[in-house]
Amino acid sequence: MLLIPCPWCGARDEKEFENGGPARVPRPDPTAMTDEAWVDYLLIRPSHPGALRERWWHVHGCGQWFELWRDTVTHDFLDAPDER
Amino acid sequence: MQRYSLFSLARNALTGHRDWQAVWRSPPLGKRYDVVIVGAGGHGLATAYYLARNHDITRVAVLERGWLGGGNVARNTVTIRSNYLRDESIPFYVKSVSLYRDLSRELNFNLMFSQRSMIDVVQTYPRLRDIKRRMLNMDLHGASYEVLDVDELRRRIPALTGGGPRSRLPIIAGMAHRNAGVARHDAVAWGYARAADARGIELHQHTEVTGFERGGRGEITGVQTSRGTVQTNKVAICVSGHTRTLTDGLGLRLPLQSFNLTAFVSEPVKPLIDVVVNMPDSHCYLSQSDKGELVIGGGVDPGISFRRGIKEGVFEDTVTAVLEMFPALQRLKLLRQWGGTLDTASDSSPIVSRTDIPGLYVSAGWWGGFKAIPAGGLTLAHLIANDAPHPLIEPFSLNRFRSLDFVLETGTTAR
Ligand SMILES: Cc1cc2nc3c(=O)[nH]c(=O)nc-3n(C[C@H](O)[C@H](O)[C@H](O)COP(=O)(O)OP(=O)(O)OC[C@H]3O[C@@H](n4cnc5c(N)ncnc54)[C@H](O)[C@@H]3O)c2cc1C
Ligand SMILES: [Zn+2]
Repeated sequence: MLLIPCPWCGARDEKEFENGGPARVPRPDPTAMTDEAWVDYLLIRPSHPGALRERWWHVHGCGQWFELWRDTVTHDFLDAPDER
Repeated sequence: MQRYSLFSLARNALTGHRDWQAVWRSPPLGKRYDVVIVGAGGHGLATAYYLARNHDITRVAVLERGWLGGGNVARNTVTIRSNYLRDESIPFYVKSVSLYRDLSRELNFNLMFSQRSMIDVVQTYPRLRDIKRRMLNMDLHGASYEVLDVDELRRRIPALTGGGPRSRLPIIAGMAHRNAGVARHDAVAWGYARAADARGIELHQHTEVTGFERGGRGEITGVQTSRGTVQTNKVAICVSGHTRTLTDGLGLRLPLQSFNLTAFVSEPVKPLIDVVVNMPDSHCYLSQSDKGELVIGGGVDPGISFRRGIKEGVFEDTVTAVLEMFPALQRLKLLRQWGGTLDTASDSSPIVSRTDIPGLYVSAGWWGGFKAIPAGGLTLAHLIANDAPHPLIEPFSLNRFRSLDFVLETGTTAR
């Protein structure tokens, strides 16, 4: 993970990027769900060994946000599951 | 338990040190225990010890997938402090530091606990405000934190010659936390292990817990391990960093995420720094071990991580920051570097709690959990024995998340 493949700029030094955490599901309507499901949406994030889809911010580059798959054990970037 | 003393050392020297007893036994794995503790790190071992000492519960097995004390208890930078932010947190850590003070004598094992103070080097005004706020709150709870001016700061840490008026972030103040100190990490694990073993508790290494047995009400009836099934009605998960690898499969929804925190040490040098120096604005901290090595802690790898190593970028940033403040260290060689997987809750406070599964307890979210080992073990043992929380950990139950009633903490170093 020394180089991060920005879809706009190509492979760049990881120091140019901020990790934005696991990719989020769309924000649900809190009034249309149980409190329990709402709390779950707010607090529970993926955290497991293996493939994880994440957000990255090319903050010291083009400024764009984008998503990538990464292995949380080896830190290698992976193809998206449908391309694997 | 064979007691350690000057006398026993002398007597064993006469017989060439051939007659020392094993520090703990290695009994065969039993079929049934009153309590099973998963993980022989600091928290698991301390919990076992206090179950026996305070509650007379000794039919206990501690199951460890690797070797005893090979997890984060052996990978941390041993800072013990109580400069937390919240009314809920400070008393817990004050208690833990006070337990550490008597622990060497109680366990008859030299933990080399040294209350040498921690000094924060402050380089920004927002940080100064945050630290002063901590100071006011800590005053209320009997933990000490005092402001130092720059001259006094440099007098106490003569090697701190960087951060002058022309640097990018000049030092503006210091804060001294006198209760803080360090202890020998391995000794904490071994000391608790030996004392727990002496009270009849069984320690089983190379025994990985892989799943759980459940009864008709969903309650815990046993654990599956790499060495077969063990029956029990009470299981405490103390696996630091890997909690969700066990609880996700049970359908529990825990607000924890795992990250990799890193550290490295230098070659040993003559005594140079006699306090723990914390540089929160530069994201690094260091102290000098009794052997003379500088123990340097840095930041966190970006993103969720289950890898236990240091990333080049984090390493480089930490070294740069340390040299900015301590230019004299420039030619020091670095000997070892490593990382450890830690989990942290969404409010950065620990979780010591019952769960929705009867008989299942968790102790997790220990980001800076070495300092918390004595109080964490004491309170988890109380919770298991009485099935009711110890007052010090009542705020840290899982219930707080249901009502979004967080105990928001912030780290003093990296996070
Ligand atoms: C680089 C670094 C620096 C740190 N610095 C400090 C500091 O200065 N001060 C401080 O207070 N804290 C610090 N910490 C945090 C501290 O080390 C941890 O919070 C604390 O050690 C965690 O508790 P533990 O000792 O019980 O964990 P561990 O020692 O990790 O124990 C957990 C055990 O569970 C075992 N295990 C896991 N899964 C299973 C399974 N399925 N079956 C059986 N066993 C299992 C593991 O092998 C491990 O031995 C630091 C951590 C790191 C990584
Ligand atoms: Zn870009």
